[in-house]
Amino acid sequence: MREHGRLEGWATHVVRWRTLRDASLRDAPQGEVVPMNAPLLRVRDLATHFFTRAGVMKAVDGVSFDLDAGEILGLVGESGSGKSVTGYSLLGLIDPPGRIVAGSIRLGEQELIGLPPAALRDLRGRRLAMVFQDPMTTLNPVLTIATQIQLALAAHERVSARAGRARAVDVLTRVGIPDAARRLDAYPHQFSGGMRQRVAIAVALLNRPDVIVADEPTTALDVSIQAQILAEMKSLVRDLGTALIWISHDLAVVSALASRILVMYAGRIVEHGPTATVLRTPRHPYTGGLLDSLPSRTAPGQALQQIPGLPPTLAALPAGCAFHPRCARADAGCQVAPETTSADARGWRCHHPLQAPP
Amino acid sequence: MSPSFISVASVSKRFDPQLSLGDHIAGALGGAVETRAVRAVQDVSLALVRGEVLGLVGESGCGKSTLGRMIAGILPPTTGAVTIDGAPVMMGRRPARKRTTRVQMIFQDPYASLDPRMRVGDALAEGPLVHRLVTRTAAPAYVDGWLRKVGLDADAAQRYPHQFSGGQRQRIAIARALAMQPDVLVCDEPVASLDVSIQAQVLNLFLALRHELALTMIFISHHLGVVRHVSDRVAIMYLGRIVEIGPADAIYTNPQHPYTQALLQSVPQLTLADDVVTSFKPIDGELPSPLAPPPGCAFHQRCAFAEPRCRQQVPAMRPTGPQHDAACHLLTPSPRAGATERTHLEPATD
Repeated sequence: MREHGRLEGWATHVVRWRTLRDASLRDAPQGEVVPMNAPLLRVRDLATHFFTRAGVMKAVDGVSFDLDAGEILGLVGESGSGKSVTGYSLLGLIDPPGRIVAGSIRLGEQELIGLPPAALRDLRGRRLAMVFQDPMTTLNPVLTIATQIQLALAAHERVSARAGRARAVDVLTRVGIPDAARRLDAYPHQFSGGMRQRVAIAVALLNRPDVIVADEPTTALDVSIQAQILAEMKSLVRDLGTALIWISHDLAVVSALASRILVMYAGRIVEHGPTATVLRTPRHPYTGGLLDSLPSRTAPGQALQQIPGLPPTLAALPAGCAFHPRCARADAGCQVAPETTSADARGWRCHHPLQAPP
Repeated sequence: MSPSFISVASVSKRFDPQLSLGDHIAGALGGAVETRAVRAVQDVSLALVRGEVLGLVGESGCGKSTLGRMIAGILPPTTGAVTIDGAPVMMGRRPARKRTTRVQMIFQDPYASLDPRMRVGDALAEGPLVHRLVTRTAAPAYVDGWLRKVGLDADAAQRYPHQFSGGQRQRIAIARALAMQPDVLVCDEPVASLDVSIQAQVLNLFLALRHELALTMIFISHHLGVVRHVSDRVAIMYLGRIVEIGPADAIYTNPQHPYTQALLQSVPQLTLADDVVTSFKPIDGELPSPLAPPPGCAFHQRCAFAEPRCRQQVPAMRPTGPQHDAACHLLTPSPRAGATERTHLEPATD
């Protein structure tokens, strides 16, 4: 599945051309293609903390991962696990009292942490875009869809009104909005929830970004609409060669899209690897517990297997492995935070991992 | 079969828009006033035996919450009637006072359904005191008992809702409902706002309480997996009508209505099979507006099997198996070919 982004569609060429043209790659010798093994996005030891009166909340604490061009990466976790803050950190959307305190985010050759706000604003929407959970609050209720798309275009390039409309119709059609030319002059309230989220996705796709971060974009939608959007997203990123980070609490939704998943717990990635491998043979007890607690894993009417206890509050994280108070495999050694063990393109942070079946 | 405990007889609910003063005057003068009424629930009949759990499934706007509220006696039906144990839930437009203690409701959002300025103990004791289920002196012990029953410490009574997590608040809401010693519990998306690991805990609580207290439950949810797990029977709603109802197993393994089939396939399922990890298949099109429902079968615009008669006639419920009914023109009493087997399809884009 990781090959999707390397399909030689025309759109992939456009993206590659844009990437080469981009200032960050100006140093690359003429005619040389970017080495395929260099990740598009490289996050190392990212730490985003919130400095509140109640104490320092380590929402993200040492997160590292790579994202290849055209890849779909799933970021799974419960509320408070730091999955959304990770996404916001990538786009530089952390406001006080929050701050990125350490780490590195490299997009291509460019380091994003420490960029001045103007430079970040130029990157947002053009190379990095975001789709939020609630399509009602991301669109401006008093502007037509056409105006909002024109504004998003004008933020990055000079486009005539006519060309802008054509681009808008094109991108709305792409995300499955029927009769886009006519719907362009409608206001957000005239769209259903699913259609609004499609508009938000269209705006994110508008400038053909390299990476889209989608934070629970289908959680507020009905299951049948969710399925439509999942299927459309999958083919869109494949056609356009855009990399996608899909943040969700729903393992089944993430596994429907992502070729690799990251499982977060209390600000850390506790397990990562190819989706199928991680879900079939989870090594971290938390991943295993999440899978076992799905209703489909138990005969109807029988008590579900549950993870005992509550997710920890970030102001008072347990020492060592943050999961140990809820873990059946924990012992005294778990007071020391485990490092990531890596094997076969996957990794887990656990002193007592679940056994891999033979 | 045992006599029905809850009976819902041809219940409909219409929400009429508020008329402006001008419209009232125009109406009084004999002018035509155009109103666009929402038919939230149309001609729904149901019967539940004592101790049964009925799952109510559908997409937003299908009328499942409205139906739940009419059963709970919060909303008066426009036509039709709901009776519990032979007695009507509503007397005219107001709930019968004695009924209100016998039906309790649990809502989706435990942040909105608890008074933030009331101690948990007071919130739990309020209803039982008003209805004289308990004396003022016995109330603290009574509250303690219910808090323990839902897995909370007795000291929770002295605290305020904001001091609890979402899962704990939902336990408080459950305790508050149970403290009224109801026979019937109407649960409207009770685990939708909870985290996955907490969802399992609360569902287990429902399963345990249901058997311990012999509760009859209406369990409303859009989450098909959750509903299958807790329900004896499941009713699928689409645009105000029940399109299929039957034993939970039959609905999930042998769905008869094309909408049920499509809905089940549209949910990403972790199959973890060798070839596909997850399978799902979207339904085409969008839910029509309840302001202007399509004629005939409301699903015909999105149905792969629609025929001309589907556009004209509303299909009637017909039996398709033991206790299993569906409303589709294409169904004969024996299952239609191809409908008996639910095939796991690859995502449409693959």
